[in-house]
Amino acid sequence: MTDALTLTNLSGRHGQLQAVKGVSLRLAAKEVLAVIGANGAGKTTLMRMISGLHPAAEGEILLHGAPVTSLPAHARLKAGIALSPEGRRLFGDMTVAENLQIAAENGRKGDWSMATVCDALPQLTALLHRPAGGLSGGQRQAVAIARALISNPSVMLLDEVSLGLSPAAVEGLYQSLETLRGHVTLILVEQDLTRAMAFCSRLICMAEGKLELDGPPATLTRQQITDAYFGIHKAKEPSHA
Amino acid sequence: MLDSLIQGILLGGYYAVLAAGLSLMFGVVRFINLAHGDMAVLGALSALWLVQSLGLGVPLAIVITLLGMAALGWLMQRFIFERALAGGFLVPILTTIGLGAALQNGMFAVFGSNTKSLGAHIGSLSWASWQLPGGIYVGQLPVYMFVTAVLVLGALHLTLTRTAFGRALRATSSDAEAASLCGVDPRRVQRGAAAIAVALAGLAGIFLAMRAQVTPFSGPMMLIFAFEAVVIGGIGSLRGTLIGGIILGVVQSLGALLSPQISILAGHLVFLAVLGWRLSQLAAAERGGWRLALRALTHKPDVTGRKA
Repeated sequence: MTDALTLTNLSGRHGQLQAVKGVSLRLAAKEVLAVIGANGAGKTTLMRMISGLHPAAEGEILLHGAPVTSLPAHARLKAGIALSPEGRRLFGDMTVAENLQIAAENGRKGDWSMATVCDALPQLTALLHRPAGGLSGGQRQAVAIARALISNPSVMLLDEVSLGLSPAAVEGLYQSLETLRGHVTLILVEQDLTRAMAFCSRLICMAEGKLELDGPPATLTRQQITDAYFGIHKAKEPSHA
Repeated sequence: MLDSLIQGILLGGYYAVLAAGLSLMFGVVRFINLAHGDMAVLGALSALWLVQSLGLGVPLAIVITLLGMAALGWLMQRFIFERALAGGFLVPILTTIGLGAALQNGMFAVFGSNTKSLGAHIGSLSWASWQLPGGIYVGQLPVYMFVTAVLVLGALHLTLTRTAFGRALRATSSDAEAASLCGVDPRRVQRGAAAIAVALAGLAGIFLAMRAQVTPFSGPMMLIFAFEAVVIGGIGSLRGTLIGGIILGVVQSLGALLSPQISILAGHLVFLAVLGWRLSQLAAAERGGWRLALRALTHKPDVTGRKA
């Protein structure tokens, strides 16, 4: 069976800085992947490269076996990759319904519609006719997730899901995300390690642009994760034996 | 006094159409097209050429001119402005200054330097008027222009709020990168906006040629009027553009009551007063004096207030 998403030796730059260094990854359909790492590890750049916002300096991205590396972001959405970006990036002067309508009009046809998205994220129903610029952080994140979802993606990227939100808002969002499990391949960047490990079926850790750790959370020890998070390479430590 | 007020309001329709294109380019494509007035003149002279040289009727000449101007706007965005925008903040400004100069001299070479008008080709419409109670006369042409302006801006407003293209355009104006994450191709939308903006400039030029005279060098003054109406009414709002155009027209008409020489000056003074007031509002918001306010103005050009 073809992987939902395949990254092969993917690298990305910000000018002279190489933010992502040779990341290779294969993701099965409906898998839930959490990406963790310290600030500057390359997580957001990786999300932006997969979504088409940031060009890949090297490497290849395959969506269900088809190359999408050269496609711009709007074409990747139509191919089935949607990103809920860091900072939410809603259209503040437009209503919540209009924010969703744009993605619905330009995305793929499928089961997700205004009604089904509101079923998955019930807090949206009361917000549909309000300007997106006046919403709270948790509400804005819910709209950003809904906007990605309504385009009927096969791979959905969620960058910094819980950043800046209250614990209650985060709890509500993750309850909603549970309803997406099994419907779409999910990649989420999460700073809250406990939350990430509880939610995902697979976890990767990035440090200095590289993929340092990859596996199901149940098989990873806290020490392994800590070492990977801070880019500590055990094999390179001098032996005192 | 009432007569001047009515004439000013009617004149405001012309200014609103002229300003709407400039505002649209600024809001969506994110740069000031300093050749906007020259494009308006090109529209006027093109329509006149179609009527005088090809013998077309005025309505048909207007339709052909507007379609041609829309195509020109699309092509300029595709082949000139997109490349200029990639060069940073200064390059588009220099590009449109150069484009304006090239248009002025190109029109001078093709059409000559004499003043020209469509007035002679629209029959009694150029001078016919209606008498209102109180002995006030209003010209039929200014009324038709004002009604056309309201209809055009109304149609544009409906397009922006009720259609998929309009939503894509507003989204691109707000945040082009986020729009692309919603499946919108920002470059395609910006080309569409440029087509509409240049067609509006052409319509304003035709309006001017009907009610007065134009020369190949009338563009810079039209640009100033458009810029003033945009600033007075507020950038990014079609309703504001209409109101800004009307205020400018009324102030010029009332100024002419005092002295014909200060008609234009009165408009400039109101523009400066409104600009000063907006700067002081921004300064108060930023709590940092006029330098910070100026910086805020240049970093928040669209209706959303989102930083560019």
